[in-house]
Amino acid sequence: MVRIEVLGMGCENCRRLMSNVEAAVRQLGIAVDIKKVEDIAAIMERGVMLLPAIIVDGKLRVSGRVADVPEIKRILTGGT
Amino acid sequence: MLQEFADWVTYTVLGLGQNSPLASSIDFFVYDSIKVTVMLAIIVFGVAIIRSFITPQKVKKWVAGRTEGLGNILAAILGIPTPFCSCSAVPLFIGFVESGVPLGITFSFLIASPLINEVAAAMLLAMFGWEIAVLYIISGLVIAIIAGIIIGRLRLESEVEEFVYKCKIPDSAEKVMPWKDRLIYAKNESRDITLKVLPYILLGIAIGAVIHGYAPADFLVNIAGKNNPLAVPIAVLIGIPLYSNAAGMIPIMEVLTAKGMAMGTALAFMMAVIGLSLPEMIILRKVIKIKLLAIFAAILFISFTLTGYLFNAVLG
Repeated sequence: MVRIEVLGMGCENCRRLMSNVEAAVRQLGIAVDIKKVEDIAAIMERGVMLLPAIIVDGKLRVSGRVADVPEIKRILTGGT
Repeated sequence: MLQEFADWVTYTVLGLGQNSPLASSIDFFVYDSIKVTVMLAIIVFGVAIIRSFITPQKVKKWVAGRTEGLGNILAAILGIPTPFCSCSAVPLFIGFVESGVPLGITFSFLIASPLINEVAAAMLLAMFGWEIAVLYIISGLVIAIIAGIIIGRLRLESEVEEFVYKCKIPDSAEKVMPWKDRLIYAKNESRDITLKVLPYILLGIAIGAVIHGYAPADFLVNIAGKNNPLAVPIAVLIGIPLYSNAAGMIPIMEVLTAKGMAMGTALAFMMAVIGLSLPEMIILRKVIKIKLLAIFAAILFISFTLTGYLFNAVLG
């Protein structure tokens, strides 16, 4: 199962990214494990400085911007 | 050419009579929105190319070993093309401090990044000309450098929350982007940012156009003109807690200045709005104590106010 972590501190952009991730997952109909990471220490442990961010299976894929649904779908289906 | 197009839309397509306030408003709206949008798309593209070379990880390494002065200058300059959403202020702050970047240099970066951004610069260029755009960038840099040096000199390291010093951040490996990807990235940034701010620009220009067409020309002279010395600090005080983007602000600024607001006052107000906001201060409170936060806000208040007075004097 794909592990997705959405990193953010609860600002508007972070919420938009989270809902885009949820929409992408719904449209793809795949089983995933989505985790919201909002704790500062946990975010820093992952070495991320620009929020919001998406980590898929331990790899940082999006940082510092709100990726749209098609892009997240491409990332989740193994594209670049 | 653009002016002719706007005239054609207003007087020929819409068939409005010359010299009516409505025609004047629409003519202004068409001309301004096209000019600003095109300029914005081009400048955002250029800055995105530069940004593809600069990541916070690199900035951190570049400024880490620097001394006061040079470090502040470098951090402020690198802050220009590196924007961040207000919630990134915290991880950036921790990342810099944790890797040994002095507090003052960290603040130079944190101040410059939101204060000087390409959207504001592009719009000032389109609506006020290059002199004002350059003045904005240079004064933003000077504020970020000097405020950083002052904060550094005040030795406020103890006013940072203790946990920040205990954070350990893994060094993330960065892959080098090929040129093709940089161009794609810049194209997407240009499209996304332009589309994102376009509604604000149009709204701002529309409000501006109404004022432009209907308000008398000396409408603001008494309240916000050069002869009211209190106008600058009041404008800054109102602007600091406000959270808005430059995109909606600048079109309204153009009209306010046309109606008698002094240019320095308008610029100081704009800097206060984009340079510091209540949401950002609330989020920074997580990493710095209230005393440092208050000093930070006070230094910016004084800097913006002085800048406003300076420009009012120089641009007179």
